[in-house]
Amino acid sequence: MARYESLLDACGNTPLVGLPRLSPAVPEGAPPVRLWAKLEERNPTGSVKDRAALWMVRAAEEAGKLRPGDTILEPTSGNTGISLAMVAKLRGYRVVCVMPENVSTERVQLLRMYGAEIIFSPAAGGSNQAVANAKQLALEHPDWVMLYQYGNEANARAHYETTGPELVRDLPSVTHFVAGLGTTGTLMGTGRYLREKVEGIEIIAAEPRYGELVYGLRNIDEGYVPELYDARVLTRRFSVGTRDAVLRTRQVVEVEGLFVGFSSGAVAHAALAVAHEAVKAGRRADVAFLVADAGWKYLSTGAYGGTLADAESALEGQLWA
Amino acid sequence: MAIEVRIPTILRSYTGGAKAVDGAGDSLDDVLNDLDAKFPGLRGRLVTPEGTLHRFVNVYVNDEDVRFLGALEAKVSDGDTVTILPAVAGGAFAFAAMAALSSTR
Repeated sequence: MARYESLLDACGNTPLVGLPRLSPAVPEGAPPVRLWAKLEERNPTGSVKDRAALWMVRAAEEAGKLRPGDTILEPTSGNTGISLAMVAKLRGYRVVCVMPENVSTERVQLLRMYGAEIIFSPAAGGSNQAVANAKQLALEHPDWVMLYQYGNEANARAHYETTGPELVRDLPSVTHFVAGLGTTGTLMGTGRYLREKVEGIEIIAAEPRYGELVYGLRNIDEGYVPELYDARVLTRRFSVGTRDAVLRTRQVVEVEGLFVGFSSGAVAHAALAVAHEAVKAGRRADVAFLVADAGWKYLSTGAYGGTLADAESALEGQLWA
Repeated sequence: MAIEVRIPTILRSYTGGAKAVDGAGDSLDDVLNDLDAKFPGLRGRLVTPEGTLHRFVNVYVNDEDVRFLGALEAKVSDGDTVTILPAVAGGAFAFAAMAALSSTR
């Protein structure tokens, strides 16, 4: 059934698509190694964050923390804000996003189109500036509601209740699940479900490695680990640099016709690494990786064309995932 | 051949500004001890007195997080690259802001 009562009901149930051309070749007679992409771009606003936004808003409503007309405050560099703005529009809330200046122009336009208000934090100030701005806002508007996606269990639960079951339903033979690591909600929720249902499953994180400007840290003690993160859910974790992410993003569209955002290129890089290891070891593998969004929002970076070096410098200092 | 260790900006005061330095050893622990001999104090920024990696430090061998490879016991060989990075969530900026916001409530 592909009919839904409203846009919110059309969240999830995204296609899982085989990538036969990208999957590594195996020697004759060896067990198959196959790559699969879960296309989260097919969600209502075009990203995986619709699941988390919808679940967090519903949980807040059920807990009585959110009432019609309330304002939701969300520091975000993009997709979560867009998802929340859509959900908020349909359920009667106002959304204010705090975001760095160094995100793509498409994200800003989309947020405004969905009705979100944006407060920019200077990119040069890095996280310290963001902290200062956010503290000020919280003091000035004590009635604004924060859903706090980094520590909100409804973020991970959305994936435990939907993404995980969808994967097992569509690919019972799954051996590896690979996704990007940000709030960690996708990996924690999906990973926990898969660990319960699939013996020996590997849960693999691919985290973007930005240029150091982006971090803006002054001290090694200023790091951040999201409250949702539980390392025990993962079996491996890869750091993927800008160059590898761009290379794979281009390869995925060139070989399979799949147009993805750069974070998904990073995820594809890790998925290919484990797929090649399986080929070497002569093991069967069904590697499912999550495409968090499509490439549309990143076209203005120019990083889909030109040389790799150009693309790398175009993304330098940007939050590309 | 040696093991290349990439140093984040915030720790380059220990390496005389060098972005990458060479280390030697069979495990990450060996390499960090080797580096500490050349750059005193560096190891102390990465490893707690209890002998575990600092919570806000991530170390990768050939782009893979060592916490899933045996942590300080992770094996390394000549030609490997060790990358040291501050632990920051993917949405570093947003996370910093959110952490601040939640702490004010």
